[in-house]
Formats: sequence, C-alpha cells, structure tokens
Amino acid sequence: MKIKVKYFASMRDSMGRATDTVDLQEGCTVADVWRKVSANTLPDNTLVAVNMEYTNTAQGLREGDEVAFFPPVTGG
Amino acid sequence: MRVVVQEKPFNPYQEMAAYEESVIPRGKFGGVVAFVGTMRDFNEGLSDISTMYLDHYPGMTEKHLERVCQEAMRQWDIIDTLVIHRVGKLVVSEPIVLVGVWSAHRSQAFDASRFIINDLKHRAPFWKRETTPQGERWVQGNTQDVSTLKSA
Repeated sequence: MKIKVKYFASMRDSMGRATDTVDLQEGCTVADVWRKVSANTLPDNTLVAVNMEYTNTAQGLREGDEVAFFPPVTGG
Repeated sequence: MRVVVQEKPFNPYQEMAAYEESVIPRGKFGGVVAFVGTMRDFNEGLSDISTMYLDHYPGMTEKHLERVCQEAMRQWDIIDTLVIHRVGKLVVSEPIVLVGVWSAHRSQAFDASRFIINDLKHRAPFWKRETTPQGERWVQGNTQDVSTLKSA
C-alpha cells in the first residue's frame, strides 16, 4: 500500500527532500515508514503526525495515509 | 472563531478592531485581551538577527489552531477568539502572531488567551529559521511561560 511522507524544517533539510511516497505491506507502522526512508535512527525529539494528527511511531497505517516527521515546533 | 495563517504582513490592532466591529455582539463583552507576538532582533545568544522565515505544515497548522480555539471556548466562558499567524519571510519588529479573546469578564479572557498562545507555541506546527550574520539557523525551541513552569 502507498503511504505519502512529508518532512518539515530541519528534518526536510537533513533528508534533502520534502516528500516521499513509499510502498509498504498492510499492517505497517510509522516506524516501518521511517526505516524505509532512512538508514539513520529517528532523532529522539522528532514529532510524528499521521493524517495531520499527532501520534507516535507505533501507530498502524492504512492505504493513502499521510505521515509527517518534524522537529519540535517554534511558532508564535 | 477565526483562524488565519498568512504570508501577508498584518496590523494586529486593525484586525482586532475590524473583527470586533463585524462579528462580536455589541454590549455583550466587557473584556478584550490581545496578545501580539513580534519578531525580535536577538535570540538564543545572538543579538543581530535581521530576518526570519516561518515554515509550517499547511492543513495541520490550521486544523490544530482551530481545535485549540474550540477547546478554549469549551473551557472558559468567552464569546469569541481571533488568531492570525504569519508564515514566510518576516523582518524585525513585524507582528508574527495575534491571539484575540473577547469575554464578558476579564479573567476568562486572560486565561483563555494564555492557554491559546501557550499551546500554539508548543504544539502548532510552525518552525522559525533565522538569518544571522553567521548564516541561517533553525530555532531550537520556544521559551517556557513562567506561569506554566510554576504550575507544572
């Protein structure tokens, strides 16, 4: 199944791209997505969202889900 | 309730007045709180920051802010909220964010506005990248609200 991946801010810089589309098997999690897009360990302070809702790397995914990885926020 | 994320510079005081005039029922509010966050020329050890770029997650940012304002409306007896936040390129002293709250009594407006801006600063997906004489850098983190630290 296809999962869209987005990176923001310093995470986008370190990945060298803003988006990916990955093809994974049913039952995969956010952690599986990270392993597919990077050989590095996910930095400790990384925030994760699925379909624009905060979650964690254990969350299971479905076809068409949008996963985002980004650093701590600094707005306002 | 209104949430706006925009590239265009804005005047927070004109925005407050215009929103109040067009949306807030006359005679029903007794307290108005406006928090305005502006761009400093100093941050995290540097004193000569010239410009800043604000990145955000289109869609999630607006959704998150709308939910926070709804939560404030649920928790406090307030009449309405207005949140405007810049993205893109900003220069020193420009307003970054406006949080406006209208209520019948002041304490509700103070508490709700503090709740909204604190959540925005720690949960809303925005990121600042500063331009300094040494080059560009991503801001590492926001300062904590002292009152939040005391109650934590």
